[in-house]
Amino acid sequence: MSTTGQPHAEPFRVSQLLYDTRYRSYTIQIFALAVIMLAFAWAIDNAVRNLEALGKDIDFGFIFETSAYDINQHLLEYDSTSTHGRAALVGIINTILVAIMGCITATAIGVLAGILRLSRNWIVARLMTVYIETVRNIPVLIWILFTVAIVNEVLPGVRSFRGEDALTGLFFDSVFITNRGFYIPAPVFEAGSAAVVAVLLLSIAAAWYFGRWARARQAATGRILPVFRVRLAILVAPVLVAFFALGSPISLEIPALRGFNFKGGIYMRDSLIGLWLALSVYTGAFIAEIVRAGILAISKGQTEAAYALGLRPGRTMSLVVLPQALRVIVPPLISQFLNLTKNSSLAIAVGYMDATGTLGGITLNQTGREMECILLLMAFYLAASLTISAAMNAYNRSVRLKER
Amino acid sequence: MRLKTTLVAAAAAAAFSVGAHGATLDDVKAKGFIQCGVSTGLAGFAFTDSDGNWDGFDVVFCRATAAAVFGDPNAIKFTPTTGKTRFTALASGEIDVLYRNTTWTLSRDVDLKFSFLGVNYYDGQGFMIRKDMGVMSASELDGATVCIQTGTTTELNLADFFRANNMSYEPVPIETNAEAQQKYLANACDVYTTDASGLAATRATFEDPDNHIILPEIISKEPLGPLVRHGDNAWGDIVRWVLNALIIAEEKGITAANVDSMASADTKDPEIKRLLGVEGNYGEMLGLSADWAVHAIKTGGNYGEIFEKHIGENTAIGLARGLNQLWTKGGILYAPPFR
Repeated sequence: MSTTGQPHAEPFRVSQLLYDTRYRSYTIQIFALAVIMLAFAWAIDNAVRNLEALGKDIDFGFIFETSAYDINQHLLEYDSTSTHGRAALVGIINTILVAIMGCITATAIGVLAGILRLSRNWIVARLMTVYIETVRNIPVLIWILFTVAIVNEVLPGVRSFRGEDALTGLFFDSVFITNRGFYIPAPVFEAGSAAVVAVLLLSIAAAWYFGRWARARQAATGRILPVFRVRLAILVAPVLVAFFALGSPISLEIPALRGFNFKGGIYMRDSLIGLWLALSVYTGAFIAEIVRAGILAISKGQTEAAYALGLRPGRTMSLVVLPQALRVIVPPLISQFLNLTKNSSLAIAVGYMDATGTLGGITLNQTGREMECILLLMAFYLAASLTISAAMNAYNRSVRLKER
Repeated sequence: MRLKTTLVAAAAAAAFSVGAHGATLDDVKAKGFIQCGVSTGLAGFAFTDSDGNWDGFDVVFCRATAAAVFGDPNAIKFTPTTGKTRFTALASGEIDVLYRNTTWTLSRDVDLKFSFLGVNYYDGQGFMIRKDMGVMSASELDGATVCIQTGTTTELNLADFFRANNMSYEPVPIETNAEAQQKYLANACDVYTTDASGLAATRATFEDPDNHIILPEIISKEPLGPLVRHGDNAWGDIVRWVLNALIIAEEKGITAANVDSMASADTKDPEIKRLLGVEGNYGEMLGLSADWAVHAIKTGGNYGEIFEKHIGENTAIGLARGLNQLWTKGGILYAPPFR
């Protein structure tokens, strides 16, 4: 702070720390900092003393010890001889899986419901209002328990697919919807399938490139090409040719009832389905409100101008309103994605083994390392949340209004 | 100045929260009741009756402990705990003693820093399945979906059992017995596994208990008993000797009905005299009144009476005494001498 320009520089007095606005903010900040640090010091000291009184130390060695328990849904190789660290990793992957699935469906549900709530069709708009207001005013844990209870109680048991008048699966007896979850066919990749996948990737690249070229051409000459049909042809034809030329290297493994359960195919557990649906529907209701707010934030003149240019309502929405609304929508959307990811820790209520269920549940309980497990768990959720924030902020920058 | 006050307050608070783990008996006496951790609800063992009062096998042992300390079996509050929350509740001092079908294991005793004070029920892990599944042995369970209570020893036994027998299974972890029951009855799992006593208790509450069988295999040893925190031996001794007193009472034929008449100078047997406080100063050694055991026995009778009333063969749960019979009658229930 420069006072050299003043003719009579007053000497600094201690009372200025309290009464002079130039210094008061520093006083308050230093005092606040001291209080916060004291609080932390007390919390840490208290924890250390209490652990000592209990005869416990802080030791992360349990991560490398054998876990001795099984986890039903593991996307990694895992059994009861694996370590606690691997069990935690399996749980973390399960959390990430349900979070990603949830974020995608919640966004789809939210955007649709948000747009429909503004529909001029009275019934549609009211239905969406009912959906949003009912869903977001009931705690998410209740929704999770409710969905899983519905799956368990309403859907047919595995045993109904056996015996005299057995039920048959959907889609030519290949998809089985039971109260233990969904059993769906899984692709089996045999020799030569790599070539088919490569062709598919090339086709996708070609279709994307064609779309760009067609748009550039339309911008330059005004002529519109049948983009959708050509793209479909590029995507489907080469893959089909490659698939049959190589002798159908990719086949489907259809679940079959053997012993107690269906075997083979992909098994989506009741807990995953319930958790996924509940989180999507719940967060979707919040996203719907964000989308509605974003759309309403766009001046009505934009829509009217688009109509004046002859754009139909659907195109007005997708080409004019939504791109601008995204600028308003994305920042609050980030916090909804964070909420969904954190809410997924309620999974344990329905026996879905996420990070809270493995690291913060069974591992904590079997090793008795509460402090260590909870610290690790907090570190994981913090890292996950910061990653989502970073990714969404990057996206936000890309859709931000670009001033040229 | 303010800083100093804060520091002093912080130090005092820290010291106080440590102190809470010290002498539980003094704390208990000061607050006037015992905080006992029990199951969230397991028929026969710990449940609330139609008036909202806790009752059951484990609950009576808690009440007997309260009676021994305060002379009043109602000087007690119950904290329902799940398999997962029970140890944290005990370690943090939220409860003074845990009577919740808890298996005595080395790691819980040594690593979790708890003292197990005896066994009030010798149990083992079993499997329950619907009769019409046609399964007669646990070795036929390959590929089954199994409901388990998470945070229990059964979870680890199950993993060991299936691995040792080279079978696969689909574990469905659940929090409480009530949830497991709902999943099992909805056929969302083929098998429910927990301690055999728990299976019998759960089955007794079904509409059609006859359609479910408990498989003959018992895959583990589950000695269930009370536990307290490490380092609080005076309090632990009380819980231990209340349990022992109830077992000795059965051995000596002391019941809730005759305990008052036995507690007189006319009784010949010196051990009964010592137990009931007619002779010696054993109550004083424990820091209790002389007639503590009389109050404990009056609460629900001796071990045998408690067993028969809540989980015995004449109840819906219908458990045989089996291993829990007195050592003199072919079981392994055995209390150290009272002298």
